[in-house]
Amino acid sequence: MQLSPVIFYLIAALTVGSAAMVAFSRNIVYSAFSLLGTFGGVAGIYVFLGADFVAGVQVLIYVGGILVLILFAVMLTHRIADVQITNRSVGRIPALVVIGIFIFLLIQSIRETPWAKAKEIVYAPTTTIIGEWFLERYLLPFELASVVLLAALIGAVVLARKETRE
Amino acid sequence: MAIGLAHYLVVGAVLFGLGLFTVLTRRNAISILMGVELILNSANINYVAFSHYSTGNVDGQIYAIFVIMLAAAEAAIGLAIVLAIFQIFHTIDVEAAETLKD
Repeated sequence: MQLSPVIFYLIAALTVGSAAMVAFSRNIVYSAFSLLGTFGGVAGIYVFLGADFVAGVQVLIYVGGILVLILFAVMLTHRIADVQITNRSVGRIPALVVIGIFIFLLIQSIRETPWAKAKEIVYAPTTTIIGEWFLERYLLPFELASVVLLAALIGAVVLARKETRE
Repeated sequence: MAIGLAHYLVVGAVLFGLGLFTVLTRRNAISILMGVELILNSANINYVAFSHYSTGNVDGQIYAIFVIMLAAAEAAIGLAIVLAIFQIFHTIDVEAAETLKD
């Protein structure tokens, strides 16, 4: 018996379970902390797919950046005492039915499509080739990304500062 | 049973469904942003899985990195907007912030 399918199923269960907590939890702080499990599980899935650099980026940016940002926003916008009241959800039952049918159809079509088989799967470090491609084939999107990040940085500062009028 | 492409696609599909559910049902702006993050993660899983199982090169991984970058920008802007809404309305319930209707 191989060990890797067991580990994959554990990681997949962690990912999906934490995502379900995000979707269903009544307390927004629990939702925010459950995102940690989802992001970590997705990083594990990247490792399974041989994408070591993407897994590292996932941990650095999602867990280290976005999650901390979300937690800051939760703490800044709630009086901790009435956290439960504000994580309202509306129309859960119809949404659950529609999403359930949707996921069922997606999984059905995934199962019935004859996917092309990979020729030969190699597990090799990807960082070098990603770095080269960023500076050759994907140079323009790479530079545009830096402009987008700069614009987002300035926009976030402008939006979040307190309005001071003379 | 060996782990194949379909397994990863199923995980991505379930994550997408849960993210869509979060976006549809939550009335809290931060929760809606969390749902968007789930959807972006599921898209990333599909990118990396397809690139791993079809071509074997790193095109899909580079796209995933761009998506992660855009998700970071989106989270920063989205949460800044949430903070601005909170300063004006003193709540982040998205149904309270509908004065543009009037």
